[in-house]
Amino acid sequence: MDNNERKGKEHKEKTFSRRDFLKTSGVAAGGIVGGSLLGGLVGMEHGSNNAQQPESATGSDGAEGGQTAQAETYDARTFFSRSEDFETLAAATERIYPEDDNGPGAIALGVPYFIDKQLYGFWGANGTDYKMGPFRPMASDTHGRQEKLNRGDMFLLGIRRLQEVSQEEHDEAFHNLDEETQDELLKMFESGDVEVPGMRAEAFFSLLRNTTIEGVYADPAYGGNKDMQGWKMIEYPGPRMGWTNDIQSEEFQSLEPESLRSYQGGGV
Amino acid sequence: MAEELEKVDVVVVGMGWAGGIIAAELAKAGRSVVGLEKGSSKKRSDFIGVKDELRFDNRYHIMQNLSGDTVTSRNEVDDTALPIRTTKDMQLGTDIGGASLHWAGATYRYWPYEFEIRSQTIDRYGEDKIPDDMNLQDWGISYEEMEPYYEKWEYTAGISGEQDPLAPERNRPWPNPPLMETPSLKLFKDATANLGLHPFQVAAGNLSQNYENPDGEQLNACMYCSFCTRAGCDFAAKSDPLATVVPTALKQDSFELRTRANVRRVLYDEETQKATGVMYVDETTGEEYEQPADVVVLAAFAFTNNRLLMLSDIGEQYDPETREGTLGRNFNGQYNSAFNGTQGLFENERFNLYMGAGALGAAVTDYAADNFDHTDLDFIGGGAIELRQYGFGAISSSNNRPSDTPSWGKQYKADSLHYAYRALRIWYTNIAMSYWHNYLDLDPTYVDEYGDPLLRATYKFGSQERAIAQFGVEKCHEIMEEMGADIIQDDEVPEEFNHVYSGGHYTGGVVMGEDPETSVVNNYLQMWDVDNLFVVGGSAFPQFGGHHPTPTIGALSYRAAEGIEEFLENGEQLATAKGTLRA
Ligand SMILES: Cc1cc2nc3c(=O)[nH]c(=O)nc-3n(C[C@H](O)[C@H](O)[C@H](O)COP(=O)(O)OP(=O)(O)OC[C@H]3O[C@@H](n4cnc5c(N)ncnc54)[C@H](O)[C@@H]3O)c2cc1C
Ligand code: SF4
Repeated sequence: MDNNERKGKEHKEKTFSRRDFLKTSGVAAGGIVGGSLLGGLVGMEHGSNNAQQPESATGSDGAEGGQTAQAETYDARTFFSRSEDFETLAAATERIYPEDDNGPGAIALGVPYFIDKQLYGFWGANGTDYKMGPFRPMASDTHGRQEKLNRGDMFLLGIRRLQEVSQEEHDEAFHNLDEETQDELLKMFESGDVEVPGMRAEAFFSLLRNTTIEGVYADPAYGGNKDMQGWKMIEYPGPRMGWTNDIQSEEFQSLEPESLRSYQGGGV
Repeated sequence: MAEELEKVDVVVVGMGWAGGIIAAELAKAGRSVVGLEKGSSKKRSDFIGVKDELRFDNRYHIMQNLSGDTVTSRNEVDDTALPIRTTKDMQLGTDIGGASLHWAGATYRYWPYEFEIRSQTIDRYGEDKIPDDMNLQDWGISYEEMEPYYEKWEYTAGISGEQDPLAPERNRPWPNPPLMETPSLKLFKDATANLGLHPFQVAAGNLSQNYENPDGEQLNACMYCSFCTRAGCDFAAKSDPLATVVPTALKQDSFELRTRANVRRVLYDEETQKATGVMYVDETTGEEYEQPADVVVLAAFAFTNNRLLMLSDIGEQYDPETREGTLGRNFNGQYNSAFNGTQGLFENERFNLYMGAGALGAAVTDYAADNFDHTDLDFIGGGAIELRQYGFGAISSSNNRPSDTPSWGKQYKADSLHYAYRALRIWYTNIAMSYWHNYLDLDPTYVDEYGDPLLRATYKFGSQERAIAQFGVEKCHEIMEEMGADIIQDDEVPEEFNHVYSGGHYTGGVVMGEDPETSVVNNYLQMWDVDNLFVVGGSAFPQFGGHHPTPTIGALSYRAAEGIEEFLENGEQLATAKGTLRA
């Protein structure tokens, strides 16, 4: 049984918005809309953590049916204000972790929303960092983060700089460029060939890269790794009580993943 | 104005292994003890149901929040230090249990040679073997003297291990048998045996079976759940203070533990040259308190131990210009010159690497200590070569791929999905030396949340750091070849210290020894200048050994506890100062 059958209406909305995303991001130009992409988006099996979800969950209150349905229904920007910033972010994450034959890319996995949530929280505001000055962000290559900016600021400024460079070089919004051109621009940031105020371009790029990968593979509770598709692709089983009985096995064990929610017993 | 509290026999600052051991031992002996822990309370249920890679491995949830204070760092004596701002780069323990809660559990004793490294090196190779920049020192204690304390800690912790064929014969076997052997460990053991080396299972602070320790604490068998290093154990299966010494201390009526108690000063009486107690802030209310005590014990990890002495103006600050002073001198630790090695990628094999335990591993010590001839080598000492099966999460495994391929995009995705479970890493846990130019003092610019100066670390590689690391990489490469990896990616030996403090192996600055000219504490970790002040932990290491530090910290803590008890009896300096060979 696939999501579409299960959740009916909401699911259609979700699919449409993703297709819009992909159309504008240029990923659709890669010709995946009719093939594996839709397969990846729509045809995913539910993990066992959704066992509690009533089969009959339909209609507008179907959201109560389980964590996945809720997340899909209510995902919204709460950190990024400008939709163009978010579209640029989404397109960039999709280049870092693209849709392919193995399965969904960053957008279908919910990574842009994962990042949005992360930036809204204490991590985005550098809540556990030492934040006193003086700040010397360019003084050293090897002292970790030295920016005065917090991670939320870094994302916003970095993304806007990406938009600017895209307009300057190609007279076009980043998310409308083709994949190769997007990659070229991202590589300019990766290698530090762009000036970004208050930080090194490389610092922005590695933040973007690492947070994207975290969104692919962190527990779905955080809003990415939608339906544990990231874990399914990498054959990671999720948290378990232990592996005493399996750890000496010579064979690689590829298991259906289970989520943290399921490990915690399905919530309160 | 600080409120003065009722005097106790002993006040202990910090509740990791070091502080927990002191508290348990002295409370058991009937002494009134107050433990002051800067972090919050922790109990087993804090770790139940939270097996979450992002939270612990990427957001460092269990590490000290740095917004109040951190350490500044620089390479050269005349550089301006910068504060290490994120928990990614500065991983310190906090809360009850400290770093001793989130440690992995790899357990080694240091070698007889390492405790007497200066004299034995001179004996075997002559004084010229010791480079000019190196402050190589004996510890002021021998392996034979250390052995009973090691044993005591290992039995309290319930370590699971087997005899390393090259190590001194143990007086008593490890308290528990080794952890299980997995295919990756077996591959390492077979390959190293083929090469004529002597593999064994790493002794682990993850229990191979249920166990009751000598204090009556019950520990359980490890489940190989893999959410171990940088996290706490939900099964009481990790040898940590929360499963052992802290509950033992709390069972005694004479012990009181106060959390969120941030100690800011040691109170010191110039006239009597005694510590009179400590001043701390209750981090919940902001109130200041003075806790008077007959004996003050600093067990707040190497950095805080140094900093509290400096802030309290106790001890003689080391000055690299004049090379005078002892406090802050011989700052050392295993930074990026240690744990280099190689990664092998196996095309035809996938290992269950998402399963594991913090200290599940195999090792050889053929290249440890002076177990191999150093005559033609440009370094002193050595370390173990280890393969560890920590149990890796998905984010971590997605980094495995050929190193000359992109780290993002289409090819990255395909490669990382392919190699996630085909990658094995081995590394050299080599010794790290002390040099005249590496030391700790107070930073002139950056301050903590109360306006007190931060601790400043000045550290750069000395004459042997890169050479020993290179040797390790080459040995690891030979082993990986024998293991049959299809792609072997050697670590590039770093040019210089990179200011990453991620492994918790930072030591020195309040070092032990026989000579007050080159040490701050005697071999009971009692200060030479202040008889009722004991400074316990890795801060006492004159240089790092060739293995993980915690068993040696545990053993020294038991010795210090014995010394404190003796001091409480007779009120005297416990050691006679001897002039040692000065570096
Ligand atoms: C990721 C990681 C893995 C590790 N794995 C291993 C391993 O496998 N094998 C090994 O041998 N070692 C390992 N270590 C090292 C090990 O954690 C330490 O050696 C050990 O925990 C040190 O014990 P301690 O009691 O000295 O310090 P801690 O356990 O850190 O305790 C110090 C306590 O003092 C408290 N404190 C600090 N400042 C103050 C203050 N001002 N007032 C009051 N309290 C204060 C802290 O909050 C903390 O609770 C690892 C470390 C890390 C970070
Ligand atoms: S691997 Fe073992 S010791 Fe480590 S947390 Fe899991 S059960 Fe505890």
